[in-house]
Amino acid sequence: MTSLARPGAGRRPSSAIGVGRTRVPLRGFYLTILILLYLPIGILLIFSFNPSQRLAFPLQGFTLDWYQAVFADGSLLRAARSSLMVAAAAATAATALGTLVAIATLRFRFRGRSILLGLAVLPLIVPFAVIGAAMFLMLVSLDVPKSLLTVMLGHSVIALPFTTLIMLSRLAGMDPALEDAAMDLGASYPTALRKVVLPLMGTALLSAWLTAFVVSFDEVALANFLIGGDPTFPTLLYGRLRFGGQLPVLISMAVLLTFATIALSLVAVRLARRRE
Amino acid sequence: MLGRRGTLPFLVGPPLLWLAALFVAPLFLIVLFSLRPESGMVAPGRPWDPSLVQYIQVLKTPSFLRLLGTSTLIALGVAAMATLLAYPLAYFLAFRARARATLYLTLLLVPFAASYLLRIMSWKLMLGPAGVINSLLSSAGLISEPLDLIFTRPAVVVTLVYVWIPFAALPILAAMQRIQPSQLEAAADLGAGPWARLWRVTVPLSLPGALAAFFMVFIPTVGEYVTPTLIGGTGGIMYGNLISDFFGRGGNWPFGAALAMLMLLLTVVLVVAAARAVNLRRLIS
Repeated sequence: MTSLARPGAGRRPSSAIGVGRTRVPLRGFYLTILILLYLPIGILLIFSFNPSQRLAFPLQGFTLDWYQAVFADGSLLRAARSSLMVAAAAATAATALGTLVAIATLRFRFRGRSILLGLAVLPLIVPFAVIGAAMFLMLVSLDVPKSLLTVMLGHSVIALPFTTLIMLSRLAGMDPALEDAAMDLGASYPTALRKVVLPLMGTALLSAWLTAFVVSFDEVALANFLIGGDPTFPTLLYGRLRFGGQLPVLISMAVLLTFATIALSLVAVRLARRRE
Repeated sequence: MLGRRGTLPFLVGPPLLWLAALFVAPLFLIVLFSLRPESGMVAPGRPWDPSLVQYIQVLKTPSFLRLLGTSTLIALGVAAMATLLAYPLAYFLAFRARARATLYLTLLLVPFAASYLLRIMSWKLMLGPAGVINSLLSSAGLISEPLDLIFTRPAVVVTLVYVWIPFAALPILAAMQRIQPSQLEAAADLGAGPWARLWRVTVPLSLPGALAAFFMVFIPTVGEYVTPTLIGGTGGIMYGNLISDFFGRGGNWPFGAALAMLMLLLTVVLVVAAARAVNLRRLIS
């Protein structure tokens, strides 16, 4: 995912620790797990270049037909675009709301402060099947048709704990005196937030937005309860995986989207680092 | 001009309204639905008398209760395995990887950026009758008939552990990064060897992170229905499958609501118990 944390940053190995450490081959363990993590996906990737419909060995040759087929399949492209819009909107909403929660709960003492904070992180401990069923019943009760919009609203709620926690940890490391200084110089409090606090939180905002984007972009369990006739890519994929369909094309599409996500995250993280 | 206090309603209002409308109200509604006596896709507006008949119905169906127990055990097992496997990874990243730590962390997280369904699919390919493992074994002459690896409970467990390992490493790593080198030095100065430092300093101080990892895996897993459907088949379904089925076509909403409430109750009880064991505030700050 898109954590901007830098492990080991600023840590100097102390000689006392360096000398007497355990002889457990941790690097070997790490590499083994890494291989096990990449192997299945790598093999799946191979089958997106295999001419056969069936995902079975032996391989039949090499082809790019499935990747061409992706761009000829209107429903796949539409679903991918829907996912993109839903994830972007949900991430924007969750980041904005998470930032408000972080500022309100860290910079103010007020009644209901812990309730607000608790509510914002509570979706983290409710299984998606429960949130999904509950939101579904709400839509039914209000006679609201299920659609991409309702999926977006659902995703904004499940992404909120992540954005709130990221913004909280950033804001906690920032001196409130900065806002006071801006206000002493004549800024209103909202102006101080907008002109002083928000620019300093740029990296955290990006990190929060990307995390929320990935949470939504990939989500299927909650979306299944809230989706209308227009599928997102994960709900389309889930449907076709269940009831059979052209698997290699789907894999090709998923591979393309995965690489796009990874590239986007890496570029964004790099940009953020440069600004720091 | 808005002062600090005057700004507060604008900060609190939007998230509170959003959560009230999209999180609190739906949970309130599902409680109400679970107390309705009728069954089927009930008309929301019809008047009704509260009753516990749905809960009684669930509790009188042993197969549903067994499935709740099985799903809880699967989720506990998956969470425990993912946390235990992720712990040495986090330790490696925090204390041993040094300058390459960022690279190693990125490498670990890249598979997590791959689509969730894609990763599940990849295990279907590993375990299927014409899949990787069976093909390897038969070409080595070890088996003549493909083994039944897929559509079993163990297949679901393996797949879920695989999916969650990288994610579980994150909170553990965060907790380990907060350990001051001076604490370990102090222990070393007092004569603690490497294992003693691990057990008496590193493990206690990273325990909140490990617990967070455990629950960040447990909660999504206990309600799972996607992986059991794709990997578990009919024999490998979990409790989440029941909930999703009762809200699907030809559903029974009040009964499904009662099923969902029982699962929510179970997760809340477990989380509260764990939060009491370890002070949760330390995780958030």
